[in-house]
Amino acid sequence: MSDKVIICEALTKQFGDFVAVNHISFDVGKGEIFGFLGANGAGKTTAMRILCGLSYPSSGKATVAGFDVYKQQESIKKNIGYMSQKFSLYENLTVLENIEFFGGVYGLSSAEIRRRSDRLVNKLGLTQEAKKLVGALPLGWKQKLAFSVAIFHDPQIVFLDEPTGGVDPITRRQFWDMIYEAAAAGITVFVTTHYMDEAEYCNRITVMVDGKVEALDTPGHLKAKFGVGSMDEVFYQLARGAKRSAD
Amino acid sequence: MNAVVLDHITKTYDAGKVLAVDDVSLEVAAGELFGLIGPDGAGKTSLFRILTTLLLPDKGTASVNGKDCVKDYKAIRRSVGYMPGRFSLYQDLTVAENLHFFATLFGTTIDANYDLIRDIYEQIKPFSDRRAGKLSGGMKQKLALCCALVHKPEVLFLDEPTTGVDAVSRKEFWEMLRTLKQQGITIVVSTPYMDEAMLCERIALIQEGKIMSVDTPANVIATFPVKLYAVKTDNIYRLLTSLREDAAVDSCYAFGEYVHVTFRDDAAPDLRAWQQSLAAKGHGRIEVKAISPTIEDSFIRLMNEKQNV
Amino acid sequence: MKQLLVFIRKEFFHVFRDKRTLLIMFGLPVVQIVLFGFALTSEVKNITLTVIDQARDVNATQIINKIKSSSYFIVDESAVNYDEVTTAFKKGTAKCALIFPTGFGNDLQHAGQAQVQILTDGSDPNMAKTVVNYLTAILTAYQQEISPGTQLPYRIIPEQRMLYNEEGNGSLNFIPGVMALVLMLVCTALTSVAVVREKELGTMEILLVSPFKPLLVLLAKAVPYLVLSLANFTLILLLAVFVLDVDVKGSILLLFLVSTLFIIACLSIGLMISNTTNSQQTALLLSMMGMMIPTLIFTGFMFPLENMPWIFQWISYVVPSRWYFLIIKAVMLKGLGFSYIWKETLVLLGMTVVALAVALKNFKIRLS
Repeated sequence: MSDKVIICEALTKQFGDFVAVNHISFDVGKGEIFGFLGANGAGKTTAMRILCGLSYPSSGKATVAGFDVYKQQESIKKNIGYMSQKFSLYENLTVLENIEFFGGVYGLSSAEIRRRSDRLVNKLGLTQEAKKLVGALPLGWKQKLAFSVAIFHDPQIVFLDEPTGGVDPITRRQFWDMIYEAAAAGITVFVTTHYMDEAEYCNRITVMVDGKVEALDTPGHLKAKFGVGSMDEVFYQLARGAKRSAD
Repeated sequence: MNAVVLDHITKTYDAGKVLAVDDVSLEVAAGELFGLIGPDGAGKTSLFRILTTLLLPDKGTASVNGKDCVKDYKAIRRSVGYMPGRFSLYQDLTVAENLHFFATLFGTTIDANYDLIRDIYEQIKPFSDRRAGKLSGGMKQKLALCCALVHKPEVLFLDEPTTGVDAVSRKEFWEMLRTLKQQGITIVVSTPYMDEAMLCERIALIQEGKIMSVDTPANVIATFPVKLYAVKTDNIYRLLTSLREDAAVDSCYAFGEYVHVTFRDDAAPDLRAWQQSLAAKGHGRIEVKAISPTIEDSFIRLMNEKQNV
Repeated sequence: MKQLLVFIRKEFFHVFRDKRTLLIMFGLPVVQIVLFGFALTSEVKNITLTVIDQARDVNATQIINKIKSSSYFIVDESAVNYDEVTTAFKKGTAKCALIFPTGFGNDLQHAGQAQVQILTDGSDPNMAKTVVNYLTAILTAYQQEISPGTQLPYRIIPEQRMLYNEEGNGSLNFIPGVMALVLMLVCTALTSVAVVREKELGTMEILLVSPFKPLLVLLAKAVPYLVLSLANFTLILLLAVFVLDVDVKGSILLLFLVSTLFIIACLSIGLMISNTTNSQQTALLLSMMGMMIPTLIFTGFMFPLENMPWIFQWISYVVPSRWYFLIIKAVMLKGLGFSYIWKETLVLLGMTVVALAVALKNFKIRLS
């Protein structure tokens, strides 16, 4: 079981009468790209917050990177990276300052930060822009940089919340190249997206509907199971029946 | 008459430092469902704001229903409906209060043009006493559309109405747009989702402030200059890596479970030999088929052409 | 017209559904009144003391010279009788006076004791008390100087009188101050935030792309806050009368009229601020830094303006609340009529017109 980096068992989160996450169970293996799909309000964000150590579940069990979501939230946070579409980097800091800041937050030494940031800036082709404010970069670059910063401290797992929203098609693919690369290096990728073609890039996907996991399998198996040609249709068939939509 | 005309429009920000719209010209016919397709930062919102008289262009002229966007801004404001990119309703007002407010603002009533919004409004009516802030993404979007339609505009501008909305709601939304089109309203809609382009009558592909192509979706696809193949193996990432090193391959991009590939020798690629070379590199379960391109393929190709110029 | 009414109604919905706004609006005056109930003490320097010397003898002259040589007072001997002093008080040109009766020196030397009268402006009780303390100290020192040893001491008995606030009610002075402060906060900060919120929310785009006249947006935003501010003013007035036993001497109608003018001035400044920024935070910060702090510092209700360097005194002239504060003090605490405050009112009116004109002129009918 040591290669399971996320384990959820009957994980539940209730807000009053409202069951946002309803007994969800799944495992995610090391180095897996795990797609987490669902309609607006299906409970994705709530579940992701619990797994990131930002909120407590109401019942059920879950461990992330081997740490308990009830008792070891601080340890979880040290071992994961997080990136969302909405907030990722400080726009009024330069590229290097952002890297230094986030490296510092995760307790890397100055020498280590310098070594890694040189490498990162070169890899992203941002040498010219290293001292520019992040706010002045095009969206696609920002998102690529944000992802690099999220895995800068070599986390075991990286959580990506709609990382490619609004990004141009080429950059979107370059972004996924980075995801593949991270996964190949052993980082587990937990990703949500509204682009159904991106769902196909995942090793396995779950589709949440009304707080429950309605499907969990490889994209190929899911398409076969529903007898359709694309993930788009799989998703449509599953989510169409959704009753609630509290977003 | 054309409902919307943009004539060499240029718009910059920060005293000319940021070029948002670069010499854009296009026309939208009355009654057309027209799509502006492009990623964030392509200049879509700037174009909408110029057309809705919210921004002044640096250069060029624009008109809506024959009225100039700068001089006749008052007339345009009376006759267009606009749904900005962000959810722009009062979260602390109820569904009914929002709709009533916007109806009155446009000097009309909900009942006056009820026919137009009936189909959409009936869906959110059960929640009419709920605060707008407590609605789901899809519902908010329907309410926003009702508010933009309540005064029966002649031209409807929708800036990224489906961003951040799940696939099911997106599908429903496009069905609503098709119904509206049948009632004679000209609709200009923007989206970063390339698959939605197929649902428009004509589209403009826009990137970095420039229009790359304006045509019907079918024509955009038909003018894709080379043959396109979809390739699939047991491991996409490994496939991509080896395709990039492959001298025979001109371009390769992941599309779902396939990789879309074009060859340098477009006229007569030796597919059989090529497939064997893949197998020799250790790829398993190889599948290669000729396919017709999607809008996204065209978009990527145009982007690359633009960069190489 | 119907559009405007619906718009105004919407604004009321916003206010009544936002508990924080309500709390700021109606909780703040209560808190302020209670807090400032513990009156503030402050030092006085270089205050003008009107002296009427009806005695014109050696002792009186010696005392006056002593006062002149202290750093606390600037002696003004231009007034000749009691009536002139009271007029000066009403105008606000005099804040304290010392009167030597005829035969002061004679009484002191022959009867061994004599009286002087100290008049102070009770509507500023902090200052009044300080003035009395200083004068008494000077008189006591003089008394000891002229008394040889401890035998047969000469006694000077100061008779104190506070004009306008004879009980020395300490809360009086800050009530006009709180009024200025609260109205400033509610009108400027809340109005600017209310407009900027529409920008942040993106609804401003829809409002602008509607046939609704852009300037009416400002009017619709201002009207609810005008109404609420008047309610607020009433609340403070009631708190003052029933909680702090303040006796409102002047015309209530005049108070309301002048306050309405001040409110409009503040609303205009709020709208002006909202034109300059797109973020609620900046709007709030600007209102606080630009309006609240000057109101606290430059109106003279917390720190006596007389003590400030001339540059600060000059700054105080452009702070609307300073003028409002003077007017309210005059009308509410002194019971004076319009003829005494018309100059201040005119200044306030001028400021309102300028602020409103700037706000309207700068309102953008487009984005950026």
